[in-house]
Amino acid sequence: MTAQPKLELKDVTKSFGRNHVLRGVNISIEKGKSLVVIGGSGTGKSVMIKCVLGLLSPDKGSIKVDGVETAGATGKSRDELMKKFGMLFQGGALFDSLPIWENVGFGLMQGKGVSKEEARVVAIEKLRAVGLAPRVADLLPAELSGGMQKRVGLARAIAANPEIIFFDEPTTGLDPIMADVINDLIVETSKGLGATTLSITHDMASARKIADNIAMIYKGEIIWQGDAKDIDHSGNEYVDQFIKGSATGPIKMEV
Amino acid sequence: MSIAEEKTAETKRGWSPLDSLQGLGATVLNFLASAGRLFRFTAQAIYHCFTPPFYPRLLLRQLIDIGYYSLPVVGMTALFTGMVLALQSYTGFSRFSAEGAVATVVVLSVTRELAPVLAGLMVAGRIGASIAAELGTMRVTEQIDALTTLSTNPFKYLVAPRLIAGTLMLPVLVLIADVIGVFGGYLVGVYKLGFAPENYLHKTWEYLTYDDVVSGLWKASAFGFIVTLMGCYNGYNSQRGAQGVGAAVTTAVVSSSILILITNYFLTQLFFAGK
Repeated sequence: MTAQPKLELKDVTKSFGRNHVLRGVNISIEKGKSLVVIGGSGTGKSVMIKCVLGLLSPDKGSIKVDGVETAGATGKSRDELMKKFGMLFQGGALFDSLPIWENVGFGLMQGKGVSKEEARVVAIEKLRAVGLAPRVADLLPAELSGGMQKRVGLARAIAANPEIIFFDEPTTGLDPIMADVINDLIVETSKGLGATTLSITHDMASARKIADNIAMIYKGEIIWQGDAKDIDHSGNEYVDQFIKGSATGPIKMEV
Repeated sequence: MSIAEEKTAETKRGWSPLDSLQGLGATVLNFLASAGRLFRFTAQAIYHCFTPPFYPRLLLRQLIDIGYYSLPVVGMTALFTGMVLALQSYTGFSRFSAEGAVATVVVLSVTRELAPVLAGLMVAGRIGASIAAELGTMRVTEQIDALTTLSTNPFKYLVAPRLIAGTLMLPVLVLIADVIGVFGGYLVGVYKLGFAPENYLHKTWEYLTYDDVVSGLWKASAFGFIVTLMGCYNGYNSQRGAQGVGAAVTTAVVSSSILILITNYFLTQLFFAGK
């Protein structure tokens, strides 16, 4: 008997006017596994993740978490669902007006009713887990470098011990060394929590490092999905062109 | 057929009278869609003002920001408006020997119209713009999405405290502006135009009624709601990076200023028609 997937998308479609961004996306992630969706800019990666998070409503299709349909969930059922999720945004999306520790402990205080004192303790512990000293806790986001902000974003994503963590372009805008540090932290923290992860990226080094499975999205459809170690022998010319970063091939850049 | 191909085909077909009709239809539909979105946003915002969880700390911060920090600009506006009004009405009324009405004109104009409308417009520039810029930046940097993923409703956390604070604080500001505006008129009346102080004050109180002041406060409350609503709506729905945030700020200030002037007419008619 096949184990029930932790997260499953079936035939998810989403259009904005005449722009059909998702054209029937199908992916499934087993509990504790890491799926990385690769693809170029404008292929629908971010829209897919926003549909799962409920930030956008899919036009059609099914999004199941632990076998329970979540597409269109609102109110309390959405609130309960969000408690299972953690999200690292591309730009960090830290709250400018709050100190670092309040950013990290925000979900605990607002979503789970944890006291301020307790949230601060957890926040400092999570900051340590991503390699940041406790003195950072009282700084404001604007006082940190891009790499440090990414770490704080990661600490916030894991603060409430989520079951599923989403990573949106986790290494974009970072130098290669810092990108590798973030990749290591993602693997370490996700495995530490036993969390299932769904990441979207166009950085192949990142995909290779954090993925158990890789899927490639092109023009709103998943055109290949398989084991991360098989990515170099996919037999798919679109995948081959993408991982080589070649300008020639079936993928034409629309300018 | 792709969008580009359709456009090329349209260009080849040339212009027809139906095209302008189509343009007009699209404009009407866009307007209706925008009105519908604003109405839906307003209904959602009001609903979230009255349902828990509430954020008293954030509300207090907004009360201070909208009320206390707007005092200097509103106070200055009221002071000079009252002073100019006294000067203008004196020079105008002296043509038919009605200088004695200066104090009455100042107090009625300030309490009924000028304090609420000018305070509303000044707050639209100060607070409406700041709300639109703050929420717009939060939107384009995905902070509003981040709130949702952290189990926090952005309407309750961002919109409701601002709406409540705007609706409550504008009347307070206008009450203070009433006093300062009348004081401005008094300064000019007594020290420049030579009215006796007790006579000026007597004239100020003589025709002033409870309704004159209260109608201005109700107007202020409506204007506070409009300013914060338009700031929140435009900022919340901001798009396209820095340019989008700039556009949101402009739209918030312009639309709230126009709505204040239109609403002012209807509220005046409601309060004073037939009196």
